[in-house]
Amino acid sequence: MDTESTYSGYSHYSGRSRGSHRHGERSRDRHKSRNKDSRSEKSVTINTPPAEPLLGDSTARSEQAQDDNWGETTTAITGTSEHSLSQEDIVRITKDLEDSVGLDCRRYFARTIAVILGLLVFLTPLAFLTLPRILWPEKLQSCGTACEGLFISVAFKLLILLLAVWALFFRPPRAGLPRVFVFQVLLAVLVFLLVVSYWLFYSVRILDAQDQNYQGVVQYAVSLVDALLFIHYLAVVLLELRQLQPCFSVCVTRSTDGATRHYNLGQLSIQRAALAVVEHYYSDFPIHNPALLSASKSRAAKHLAGLKVYNVDGEQMDQNSSTGLVQSQSRAMIAAAARRRDTSHNELYYEEAEHERRVRKRKARLVVAVEEAFTHVKRMQDEEQKKAPGDVMDPREAAQAIFPSMARALQKYLRTTKQQHCHSMESIQQHLAFCITNNMTPKAFLESYLTPGPSLQYSRDHWRARQWTLVSEASVTSGVKDGTIFLLKCVDFSLVVTFKKIPYIQMSEEYIDPKSHKFVLRLQSETSV
Amino acid sequence: MSFIPGQPVTAVVQRIEIQKLRQGGNLILGFSIGGGIDQDPGQNPFSEDKSDKGIYVTRISPGGPAEVAGLRMGDKIMQVNGWDMTMVTHDQARKKLTREKEDVVRLLITRKSLEEVVSQSKGRNPRP
Repeated sequence: MDTESTYSGYSHYSGRSRGSHRHGERSRDRHKSRNKDSRSEKSVTINTPPAEPLLGDSTARSEQAQDDNWGETTTAITGTSEHSLSQEDIVRITKDLEDSVGLDCRRYFARTIAVILGLLVFLTPLAFLTLPRILWPEKLQSCGTACEGLFISVAFKLLILLLAVWALFFRPPRAGLPRVFVFQVLLAVLVFLLVVSYWLFYSVRILDAQDQNYQGVVQYAVSLVDALLFIHYLAVVLLELRQLQPCFSVCVTRSTDGATRHYNLGQLSIQRAALAVVEHYYSDFPIHNPALLSASKSRAAKHLAGLKVYNVDGEQMDQNSSTGLVQSQSRAMIAAAARRRDTSHNELYYEEAEHERRVRKRKARLVVAVEEAFTHVKRMQDEEQKKAPGDVMDPREAAQAIFPSMARALQKYLRTTKQQHCHSMESIQQHLAFCITNNMTPKAFLESYLTPGPSLQYSRDHWRARQWTLVSEASVTSGVKDGTIFLLKCVDFSLVVTFKKIPYIQMSEEYIDPKSHKFVLRLQSETSV
Repeated sequence: MSFIPGQPVTAVVQRIEIQKLRQGGNLILGFSIGGGIDQDPGQNPFSEDKSDKGIYVTRISPGGPAEVAGLRMGDKIMQVNGWDMTMVTHDQARKKLTREKEDVVRLLITRKSLEEVVSQSKGRNPRP
């Protein structure tokens, strides 16, 4: 078929289907962002781990590291070079890891502290209860009914505490933030102090004195468990509830193309607010497409290229007025540019109109081709299945069968809208199989190609920017205030985040008696003369 | 006083001449008008035919020039100083009545009682 030959660039790998096109990644100075000594400029790094809940797995580390290395080279988007780029990807995966050991250490350290604290918390009441039985069993008063009732209470409260801690703290980490989370540290310190003070009291007053009143000891253990439950309540309020009430209206703008969204956030520290913004970014912002920005850059270049400044009597200038010379030169350029009648706006208008027309034409052809392709495939009913098992295909094969008839139109449309690097042939076929399986119409199939969706919708190569840098003038653990501005930098663009306080709303009431709704007919307008 | 579209309107009219009175810098006539082709005819309490969009007298100030001249509430104004009042907007009617340069207005008005008087007198004195 004719359409097969057009896609010589898309070679289909069976094992690693990496027919991925990368949009132009420019080489950046990655090391600057990772240098932890540069605290003076208060630029810190947020690493967001991959989507699956891998807890400190080494494969997660390697994937993150390979993101860093991929930023080293520039890539070109042409039909034939995709093949060679993909090979480079495969090679790069096997490269050595970067120094992510520092962050790993911190995570493991935090995890071990949490485990130790947890064990301490759970074993302490049990220790309080069992130690008298072990150490001085003969001196101990027998446990009456009230005391044994308290055993049940301790058991259930410990069980509730276990479930609550599991629910609140045993969740896969969403991100690695630059600084410690102040509230969590505070709570850990509080729990530690509580347990230590209980142990001190216990060891001095009960162990040393070998107190015989076992009921008192049991009540002491119950009070510890109660205090722990209250600290857990405090944890829920501080960690989860406090930031739910919306306090600030956040405006997030992408620096390259100006896509803007507004969100409501509560009282958070700057790093947590940044994390919330990044999570919203992945689901709300349309995918960043650098191919669409090339036109404005070329226009900007043309503006500057037209003028050259010559300094006619420059020999008399001395060193002190060199800045004055530069200033006067730039002012002269601006004045000349303003006076020059350039017709670039005309070109822009006609170019955009032409582009619009071309896109619409391609879209029409695409819609027709897809609709026609979908008519060729039909879901087989169960009764038929038993009768004719001859030409039966599973969704993947069906997709591969009807794909060639629409492939050319789809490819042309994607090229016109400059989206061809976002979708690989493999991903298109996968999507087609998915649509066929779920009985979707051609329009539903096309929707993901006609409108650019959020970044998460695309293949994982496109939200590779999991290395975000938080650039902020205030300390990142301080709370956000009205007028806080910070930047979230990633490789290709940055997000500018501004906070505005939601104003205090003063509402007053006005009572209307339901019987007061009375009406009278008005005659036509009457004018006195 | 109803009209059939396309047919000339016929009515029995009375001629009333009102002298404008100067009061506080304005020339007033001492009555209020309602109606007009831009108003809702269904709310007119004085018209027989509720689709009549003519100009009606809705109020007469007691002792004013209009009452003295013989204008009554509920009269339909057909002409003002020669200007037609059957197909005008409310504002146009007001303007025709309140011209600063004229201090007398000659109205042609019609009312139901006039029709009845004429038909009664016709009945009593039938034409031979």
